[in-house]
Amino acid sequence: MIANNGYKDGSGEFYISIDTDKCIDCSADRACLTACPKGMFEIITDDYDDEVACVKKSFTRSLAFDCSECKPSGGYTTLPCTSACTPGAIKHSW
Amino acid sequence: MSAELATPAAEEKKEFWRWQENTWFDESKNWRDAKIITCGIDVGSVSSQAVICCDGELFGYNSMRTGNNSPDSAKNALQGILDKTGMKLEDIHYTVGTGYGRVNVPFANKAVTEIACHARGANYMGGSKVRTILDMGGQDCKAIHCDERGKVTNFLMNDKCAAGTGRGMEVIADLMQIPIANLGPRSFDVETEPEAVSSICVVFAKSEALALLKAGYTKNMVIAAYCQAMAERVVSLLERIGVEEGFFITGGIAKNPGVVKRIERLLGIQAVETKIDSQIAGALGASLFAYTLMQKQAKAA
Repeated sequence: MIANNGYKDGSGEFYISIDTDKCIDCSADRACLTACPKGMFEIITDDYDDEVACVKKSFTRSLAFDCSECKPSGGYTTLPCTSACTPGAIKHSW
Repeated sequence: MSAELATPAAEEKKEFWRWQENTWFDESKNWRDAKIITCGIDVGSVSSQAVICCDGELFGYNSMRTGNNSPDSAKNALQGILDKTGMKLEDIHYTVGTGYGRVNVPFANKAVTEIACHARGANYMGGSKVRTILDMGGQDCKAIHCDERGKVTNFLMNDKCAAGTGRGMEVIADLMQIPIANLGPRSFDVETEPEAVSSICVVFAKSEALALLKAGYTKNMVIAAYCQAMAERVVSLLERIGVEEGFFITGGIAKNPGVVKRIERLLGIQAVETKIDSQIAGALGASLFAYTLMQKQAKAA
């Protein structure tokens, strides 16, 4: 399942997509949890009883601001979360 | 003089946004014959539904407005159908809560997200061919992809902005002073299809609608422009996850042909039709989840 966490508003589309099929048997030892400087990820048991990563609810309506430090304007050339997720489950829409 | 004029007008204030609450149950069935009775409670931001299934088949439902208290809304929704059928809470074997108030359903055995429940409900209502689901709720909008069993494969939700939600349509109903159920049919009563108003914000859309009325647009043209804006908004969400044949719309806006037909026109596909109330999809899915969980428990025992 591809879970798109985020929103679309007048300023654009801001979604972090997590491919839960790649996330279930994480070969990166859940590195996303510590890679994100703001600790935006958590592990939840989804509706189909799989343990997967998810963006915390408190961040899903403010991604454009919360992720800005990790974008090129913040000095990063690659996103810490997508780099840490070696199975390639995490993607940003912007 | 002015006070005399103001009083009758205030008394005549109508709630144009108010939609029809309804209760239904299958009188041809006797719930006492069922081996497993399950219940799904969907406490949404605007409406609450209780659905009862007997052996995995829809038996009855009650759909009403959500109050300011989620546990009470859940109880009232369920009581409405229990009273009609003569059933008691103790007769229900398993209850699943869903919707934004799902964790506040006091008698629920489990909570499941509305995304999974809508997919399951749409799969039951539209059949196994349903692949793309648009849930246009009271205060959010969801685009969901599912497989032939109704399991979610891709989804996105927009709950930050009211554009493309039922609340937006309620605002326009009040502004136009036209009952919300009449908006859809009236949106087709125009000579030429107007340009859409703002699709990014309900507040801006309302301001634009007022400006159009002042510019000489008829009410029907303004409604058409708003329905088009709403359709464009939700289609942009759908395109993000991709649209496949087997397109199904759930939620209250599915009852508005002015929006549904325009979505179909933009996507170039017809929505799958159903005779079941589109608003109960989430609660129906929850009730079906409850049935599956009961079966699993029975197998394990």
